[in-house]
Amino acid sequence: MNVIRENALIKPIHKSGRKFSHIKKNWELYLFVLPCVLWFLVFKYVPMYGVQIAFKDFIATRGIWDSPWVGFKHFERFFNSYNFQLLLKNTLGLSLMQLVIGFPLPIVIALMLNQLTSERFKRIVQTVIYAPNFISVVVLVGMIYVFLSPSSGMVNHVIKLFGGEPIFFMGSAAWFKPLYVLSGVWQETGFATIIYLAALAGINPDLHEAAVVDGATKFKRILYIDIPGILPISIILLILAVGNMMNLGFEKALLMQTDLNKSSSSIIQTYVYEVGLVKAQYSFSAAVGLFNSIINLVLLLSVNRLARKVSETSLW
Amino acid sequence: MSILLRSKLNRRTKEDVVFDLVNVFILTGALLLVLYPLYFILIASVSNPDRIFAGDVLFFPRELTFDGYKRIFSDSYLWMGYRNSMMYAVLGTVISLSMILPAAYALSRKDLIGRKFIILLLILTMFFEGGLVPTYLLVKNLNMIDTIWAMVLPSAIGVWNVIVSRIFFESNIPDEMREAAFIDGCSNTKFFLRIVLPLSKPIIAVMVLIHVIGNWNMFFNAMIYLNHDALYPLQIILRNILIQNEFSAQSSLLSDLESYAAQQKVSELIKYGVIFVASFPLLVIYPFVQKYFVKGMMIGAVKG
Repeated sequence: MNVIRENALIKPIHKSGRKFSHIKKNWELYLFVLPCVLWFLVFKYVPMYGVQIAFKDFIATRGIWDSPWVGFKHFERFFNSYNFQLLLKNTLGLSLMQLVIGFPLPIVIALMLNQLTSERFKRIVQTVIYAPNFISVVVLVGMIYVFLSPSSGMVNHVIKLFGGEPIFFMGSAAWFKPLYVLSGVWQETGFATIIYLAALAGINPDLHEAAVVDGATKFKRILYIDIPGILPISIILLILAVGNMMNLGFEKALLMQTDLNKSSSSIIQTYVYEVGLVKAQYSFSAAVGLFNSIINLVLLLSVNRLARKVSETSLW
Repeated sequence: MSILLRSKLNRRTKEDVVFDLVNVFILTGALLLVLYPLYFILIASVSNPDRIFAGDVLFFPRELTFDGYKRIFSDSYLWMGYRNSMMYAVLGTVISLSMILPAAYALSRKDLIGRKFIILLLILTMFFEGGLVPTYLLVKNLNMIDTIWAMVLPSAIGVWNVIVSRIFFESNIPDEMREAAFIDGCSNTKFFLRIVLPLSKPIIAVMVLIHVIGNWNMFFNAMIYLNHDALYPLQIILRNILIQNEFSAQSSLLSDLESYAAQQKVSELIKYGVIFVASFPLLVIYPFVQKYFVKGMMIGAVKG
């Protein structure tokens, strides 16, 4: 007894009239949606419009419209700047390392957790490894500083115990990448693990039963049933991860950045912050940020197309 | 699962026994790796700093001292940060949910005209954004710099949350229910408030959690949009203490200590204590709410 269908029987000709009366009848729904849409228009779409200052010499007093157009001047300046290659190298290197180490780990852990016979132990591990996700980035980096302090840090004590010299971790450019990635793994593995566990729970138990009857070991079952079972969702998560590569958590990088490790801790996003908000070079910073966003988009589209060609799963 | 099925699945080969042992061993190792740093923070926060410096503190606190916590609890500057964070968490969550939930419900209605267009509008923002500077300039032009609004508005809505909420409404509010209510003369608003919301406790719980935690941990917005001490959330004060080693002049944490060495010692103790105090609320509610969180993510993962 659909009200719309009833109306259709009565007025089959005026299609737009029908639509309009439907909108009028459900005006409250549009009210529901209005604040959300307004928010997106203001906080997401207006900045998209504002990004055009990347092509202008933005002067605050003149506003966006009246600031002079300079085309690709800022982009050229960025590409030719002395640290362009460094920034690119650091950003890509960090993202890649994070992907290579941080992406497979939750899969492995989920596969292992799934095979546990004790439900209680499984739940305990699951709960515990997800806990670090709730720690703020400030606390996480604070913990890093405190644990790695050259004088009082716990890690250096252990090193000294084994007869080594204390390492000034936070002052070393070489240590930045591993620290960034490992702390990220510590904090974020739990999240993805839960998603994979959910996917694994959805695998048809008949498959496993058949395998056991055929005498397959647990390991074989993982290889031939579990892994193919979570392949679709892993591909989706991989696409999302690659699509985020250039946007990687720069708050953490910013907090971990010290004067001494700048050569490896400077990534594109921290540069955008430094140049835009600290040095107030708005147009230049907007250009760098735009460059970043576009690379991001290109990566996302490419990986999605690749996924679609190679497997049947893709984001769209 | 039936008992027969369970016992069949539990029939193990010789290799399986080895596999299980290795499995448990590795997972226990992972468990300890995650727990130990948190545990260490706890014991270090009540140990004598001299012993921490000397490296004696490994599994148990040494020379119990509550001096650190005494100072933390009596520092009004820190408490101001705590209060601000709580305010942002509550206000932010209320604002976010009052925008997200109604919108997600409206978007779950297949008979909403323009639905696809609106969803497209939202999803496009996942692929491209204006960037830091244009957003900052927007906030500035809206005169929100150095106000509460800069903390609760710019990050109020995440597309993913709208999508997950929408999926929940789609799968849990059957069309028949709505049609029946409409025949009885129920309006959209009444239906949403009186019927949909009470039935949606799980998703509301998840959204509340996500937003409270997100707002509590928010730090970058405060860093770029706030200039006044009075509005600083806890995270900024934490950053000053933990990362920049700065103790504000307004803070009473170290004010009674004369020598630099004494200040250094106590500051170590305070750092551990402050980490604990800042994370404590979330880590304590966490085990109880984990169930909801996992459910929320499963909805997103499986159906998204």
